[in-house]
Amino acid sequence: MESFLNRYRNLTVLLVVIAAQLLLLAYQVKTSQDVRLLRVWTVGTVTPVTRVLELVRRNTFGLFEDYFVLLGVREENRHLHDEVGRLKMQNHFLTDELGTADRVRALAAFQERTPSKTIAARIIGSGTAANSAEVFVDRGNSSGVEKGMAVVTPDGIVGKVVEAYPMASLVLLATDPTFAAGVVSQKNRVHGELRGISHGNCRIEDVQNEQKVEVGEWFYTSGYDRVFPRGFPVGQATVVRNGAEGKEIFLSPAGLQGGLDEVLIVLEGVHQLIPEQSASPEMHMMAPPPPEAAPAGPSADLTQPGNTDADKLKSAYKRIGDAQGHVFGEGAPPNFNIKVNGNPPPARAAKPEAEKAEPGDEEGGEVHLEQQDFSRQDSGAAPARPATTKPGAPKPQGDATRETQ
Amino acid sequence: MSEFGERLLSDNARKRTGADRLRALTFLLVPFAAILFQVYVPRFFGFLAYLELPLLVTIYFALTRRQPISGVLFGAAVGIVQDSLSQQLIGMYGIVKTLVGYFAASVSMRFDVENPVLIGLLSFFFYFFHQFFYWVLDRALLGHNTVFDPQQTFIYGLLNAAVALPLFHLLDKLKARA
Repeated sequence: MESFLNRYRNLTVLLVVIAAQLLLLAYQVKTSQDVRLLRVWTVGTVTPVTRVLELVRRNTFGLFEDYFVLLGVREENRHLHDEVGRLKMQNHFLTDELGTADRVRALAAFQERTPSKTIAARIIGSGTAANSAEVFVDRGNSSGVEKGMAVVTPDGIVGKVVEAYPMASLVLLATDPTFAAGVVSQKNRVHGELRGISHGNCRIEDVQNEQKVEVGEWFYTSGYDRVFPRGFPVGQATVVRNGAEGKEIFLSPAGLQGGLDEVLIVLEGVHQLIPEQSASPEMHMMAPPPPEAAPAGPSADLTQPGNTDADKLKSAYKRIGDAQGHVFGEGAPPNFNIKVNGNPPPARAAKPEAEKAEPGDEEGGEVHLEQQDFSRQDSGAAPARPATTKPGAPKPQGDATRETQ
Repeated sequence: MSEFGERLLSDNARKRTGADRLRALTFLLVPFAAILFQVYVPRFFGFLAYLELPLLVTIYFALTRRQPISGVLFGAAVGIVQDSLSQQLIGMYGIVKTLVGYFAASVSMRFDVENPVLIGLLSFFFYFFHQFFYWVLDRALLGHNTVFDPQQTFIYGLLNAAVALPLFHLLDKLKARA
């Protein structure tokens, strides 16, 4: 046996090492328990070095940037002696400074504004797993970070903490294929499950084809996954189409758009309301109502039949036709230039009287004809002139007079 | 033995001990730097994420040591460290790199691995093998529904092979100095 092992020593060692690792894998799968100590050691060895590297990089780059900015200012001072040039350079410098501070300020402002308790963290490295999106942040157990906490930026969600070590944490980004979060759309309140896909995109699953989702619609966290508090922005739907197993919705996560540098870890989440959709800038402007229809209390109700402009025009034509004894649809058209000056009561008020009238007399008022601009015929303020009553028309109230000029 | 001879021997022994220490340090620091590179650099240069430096370092040490057992242990250690720095189960990269270490060391016992063309070929082959076997393990052992893209792996394999040549040259120089 010993000679056999000696003869195949290399192969034996290979098999032993592989078997040991297979057992380790099987142990992890079977018990769902991690070999945490090993990870703590490795992360504890690697992340301090990445922190130092990051510190050196920041300071060195800052120094170089300052140096080049100063060189630029000196160059400008040499060549531009007038006041305008100097002010332009100052403006440029201040704009750069503001731009640099902008992100940090936005983070701080968001941290103050959000009701959830958060802690700022800096990305210090990326995970090594194949086909996955993970990053290391410089906050760990010692800062109160725990596994399962949400990671966000003011723009939207970033991911969640999948491992928390003493000095660092591993964050699974929203674009990772194993990432999942409950989301709800802003406009139509459609619920779904956010899943990461490769190439920096996500898709929303479990949405039926019948449910309405629009391209450009915002999605927010629903709070049902018990990781992300309700109301954090997720992103805008970029593609929406019907699919075989439900609606296919693709979304680019807003929190990962501008590149990651600093993030917030939600230590204690507080659910928020999902904001109402803001008024669209493309909303159509509604013109004010016409002056004659604007006041008038109950009679101005355009939902009642006979009160619209079209109804008034129709009745005006009818009065003109009636005044000339014309039957619409037969013979030559009537003279529309004459003015029919009547006193027709408002449609609502006239209705009971019209009901009392015999069929055929729908106006029930005094009719005056004048050759006048037709647009004024409905004013009711024209002077009454002698007119003839429409032949055969009953007069339920008052006289109907007609005058032809 | 004369006094001079004794002094010469003790000097040689001291030098040898120093060189051994430096070699051991290189043996530890190079894979550590490779892993650090993989963790830190792709943050700023995303296009460098295709570089599998821990694998290239494993291949290099296995080829130069020409001892399968050493290759196995080195590959396992580098793989397990890589596994620890991700959320996946510990042992996946470990098993794959163990096999790479073993096969690379076995190949080095039969061929002249100083030839740059052969180094390039071996680097490409082992990269492809590494990615493919990882995918097989991921599907077979863990039941994950991951996708293997042969075209992409082929191109990345060529790129890694291209990086392997200057890297191995650099490591050779470091070794010679040690």
